[in-house]
Amino acid sequence: MTGRRAARRKEPPPLPATDAKPGPPPRRARLWRGVTPWLFLIAPLALLLTFTYAPIVNMIAYSFTDWDGVSPELHYTGAGNYTELLTRPELFEVFFVSGYYLAASALQIVAALYFATILSFNVRFQNFFKGVLFFPYLINGVAIGFVFLYFFQDGGTLDSVLSLFGVHTDHAWLGTPTSANTSLAGVSVWRYTGLNFVLFLGAIQSVPGELYEAAELDGANRWHQFRYIIAPGIKPVLSLTVILSISGSLSVFEIPYIMTGGATGTETFVIQTVKLAFQFNKTGLASAAAVVLLLIVLAATWVQRRFVPDDRVDLV
Amino acid sequence: MNRRTIPVLLTAGLLLSACTGVGGTSKGADAKAPDDPSKVSGTIKVLTVRTDLVQDGTLKKYAADFRKIYPKVKVEFEGLTNYEAEVKIRMNTKNYGDVLLIPAVIKKGDYPKFFASLGTQAERAKKYRFTGTTTVDGKVYGQSPVGVAPGFLYNKKVWQEAGITDWPTTPAEFLTALKAIKSKTDADPYYTNFAAQWPLTSWTYVNGSVSCDTGATTKLVESDPWAKGADLRVGDTLLYDIVHEGLAEKDPTTTNWEASKPRLAKGQIATQWLGTWAIVQFQDAAKKAGVDPADIGFMPFPTQVDGKFCAVIGPDYNQAVNVHSEHKAAARAWIDWFTDKSGYAKDNLSISPLKDASLPEVLQPYEEAGVKFIEVDDTEGARLKLIDSESEVGIYAPDYRQDLVDLARGARKGSLDDFLGDLGKRWTDAQQSVGTR
Repeated sequence: MTGRRAARRKEPPPLPATDAKPGPPPRRARLWRGVTPWLFLIAPLALLLTFTYAPIVNMIAYSFTDWDGVSPELHYTGAGNYTELLTRPELFEVFFVSGYYLAASALQIVAALYFATILSFNVRFQNFFKGVLFFPYLINGVAIGFVFLYFFQDGGTLDSVLSLFGVHTDHAWLGTPTSANTSLAGVSVWRYTGLNFVLFLGAIQSVPGELYEAAELDGANRWHQFRYIIAPGIKPVLSLTVILSISGSLSVFEIPYIMTGGATGTETFVIQTVKLAFQFNKTGLASAAAVVLLLIVLAATWVQRRFVPDDRVDLV
Repeated sequence: MNRRTIPVLLTAGLLLSACTGVGGTSKGADAKAPDDPSKVSGTIKVLTVRTDLVQDGTLKKYAADFRKIYPKVKVEFEGLTNYEAEVKIRMNTKNYGDVLLIPAVIKKGDYPKFFASLGTQAERAKKYRFTGTTTVDGKVYGQSPVGVAPGFLYNKKVWQEAGITDWPTTPAEFLTALKAIKSKTDADPYYTNFAAQWPLTSWTYVNGSVSCDTGATTKLVESDPWAKGADLRVGDTLLYDIVHEGLAEKDPTTTNWEASKPRLAKGQIATQWLGTWAIVQFQDAAKKAGVDPADIGFMPFPTQVDGKFCAVIGPDYNQAVNVHSEHKAAARAWIDWFTDKSGYAKDNLSISPLKDASLPEVLQPYEEAGVKFIEVDDTEGARLKLIDSESEVGIYAPDYRQDLVDLARGARKGSLDDFLGDLGKRWTDAQQSVGTR
C-alpha cells in the first residue's frame, strides 16, 4: 500500500496549462519532432552508406578503368571492360554450374517446407528437431567447407557411413564435374535448409490456429490443411525464399571456393570474378563482371516479381 | 547515356580520384645502411609469410640476436596467412610495415614507388646472388634471405625397395621408375597435392632446369612456352603422363598438404615435385612421425644437357623497405643482418644468397653427381608477369595445372596436344597485345 502511495507521490506535476491549449507546438519542438527519426537513423545509414553504397559506387567507377588493384596509376577505358566481357562468351559458361545449385534450391525449399509444416503441429521432441534443422546455418561457411572436405575424402565419413549399410563405393566424390557439383550443391542444401525452414515456420505460426480447428471439424486432413491454409498463408515468404534462392544460386561462392577452388568444373561466376581480380590483377574487368552479375540478379528478381506479384494474404 | 547516369558517373569519378590518390609520393628514396649500429633507433614492423616461425617464437630469437648489435632497434613481426592478397590491399595505403616481402603482383617498374632502394646492382652483385630479380634502372629494391632450387622430394627407402638407385635422366625413365614403385611397393608413386592448389604451381619452376638455359625466362616472354621441346611443355607433359598412367594418388581432389608430409616421410608417398625449401618441413614431419629424417631425398628434374643435370636456383620472396617507412636505416639494418648474419638460410637448409657461402648439406648428393647450378636471368620478369595476367593463363596460379590433371585422369574432355596448344595460343596472343612479339 505504502509503495503505491509513494509511487503516486512521485508522479510528475500536472502539465502547465499552456501546453494543454490546442494549437501548433512551438517551432523548436516541431523541429525536434522532425529531426528525431533521422537521429536514430544516423548510425545505420552511415554504416549502410560506408559499407554498401560507397563500395558499389567505387566498384562501378573501377569497372570503367584498367586498374590492376595496386598500382597508383589507372586509366579510364570507357566501356572497354564491358565490351570485353560481352565478347567473351566463355566467361558466361560458368553459369551452367548455377543449374546444379538451382536444382538443389528446389529440393531445399521442398524439404524446408515439409519439415516446417510437420513441426508446426504438435510433434514429440519438437524443439529438439527445430534446433537440429537450424543448426547448420549457424556454422561458419569456411568451417563447413573444411568439414565436408573430410566428409567426401576417399575413405572419409561418407564412404564409411555407406559401408555401414553394406555399400562399398570406390567413388571420388569430387572427382568428376557432375559428381563434384552435385556434392557441393548437396553441402549447400545441408547448410541453407535451416534458414528456409525457420522462415517458413515463422510464417506458418502466424496463421491463426482457429483455422486448423475449423478445417478439422469440416473433415480436412493434413494435406488439405497444407494445400488450402498453409500454402496460401505463407505465399509472400515462399516467393521471397524463391527469389533469395535464385539470386543465391547465381552467386554461389564460399563452398566451392573453399572446397575445390573452382577446379574440376566447379567454377562459379563469383569465383571467376575473384580470380580475375586477384590472380590476374584485372580489377577493372572483375569490377565490370561484378556489375554484370548485379544486373543479372536484379533482372531475375524483377522478372519473378512480374510473375508473382506481392499480393496481400487474406485467409479469412 | 541518359541524364540520370551522368551525375552517377561524375560522383564515381570524384570518388575514384579520392580513393586512389595515395602512393608514389616519395619516389626514389634510398634506405642506406647505417654506419654506426649503436646510433640506429626505432621500432620496425616486419611482415612475413612464415606464420609458423612467428608462432613458435623462432623469429623472436632472431630479433633478440639482432638487438645485441643494434640495441636501440625493436623488431616486431606480423605473420600473414594469405600474404599476397592481404598485402596487395594494404599497399593502397602507406601503412604496410617497415620491412616486407615484395608481393608478386607489384609491377617491377613500380618498385621505386613502393620500396626504398638498397643500393646499386653493380655494387650489390659483388656480394649477393639474385640481385637481378629486383633491379630497376640499376638500383636494387629487394634481397631474398634464401635461395631455393626446385626438385623432387622422394623417400629414399621406397625408391630403393623398387630397385631404383640412380636418378632417372629422362622423363621416360622417371615414369618407368614410378611404375616400378607402383608394382613393387604399397606407396603412391607420386602425390599431386591437387586440393592444396599451390603445390601444382611449382611445376612452373621446371623452367630453366630442362634446357639448362640461363635465358629461359626471356624465352618465355619471346616464344611459346608450350612449343615442342620447350621447358614448360616437357614439365607439363611429365605431370600429365604421371597422372594419366595412374601413378598419382587415387583421388587428387581431396588431398591434404599437411598430411602429405608425414605420409611421404613414412613411405606411403614416394615422390612430390616441390623445392629445397620443403626439405626442412618434411624432415620435421619425419621426426614427429618417429621415422628417420635422412630417408628424405632430393633429386633434380629428369633431363640432362651434355650428360649433366641442371638445377635452377632462384630467390624466395625478396625483403624490401617500405618507401614510406620512418625508420629506413633500422629497416635496412634488419635486411642486411637477416641476410648476412642471422643464419636463417642455414637453419632452413637453403642455399645462401651470399655468393661465397657453401651449399647446404642436403645438396651434397647434387655436388657428387656434378649437378650444374644456374641462375636464370630475370631481366624480362616484369614483362613475363604482364603476359601471364593478360593471357589469364596463370603460370604461377594453380588453375591450368588443375585442369591438366583433370584432363589426364579423364574428368575433362580433350587431348593433351589441344590443351597445350590452346595455352600456347592464348600466351602468344597476349604477347602480341602486350607488345613483346
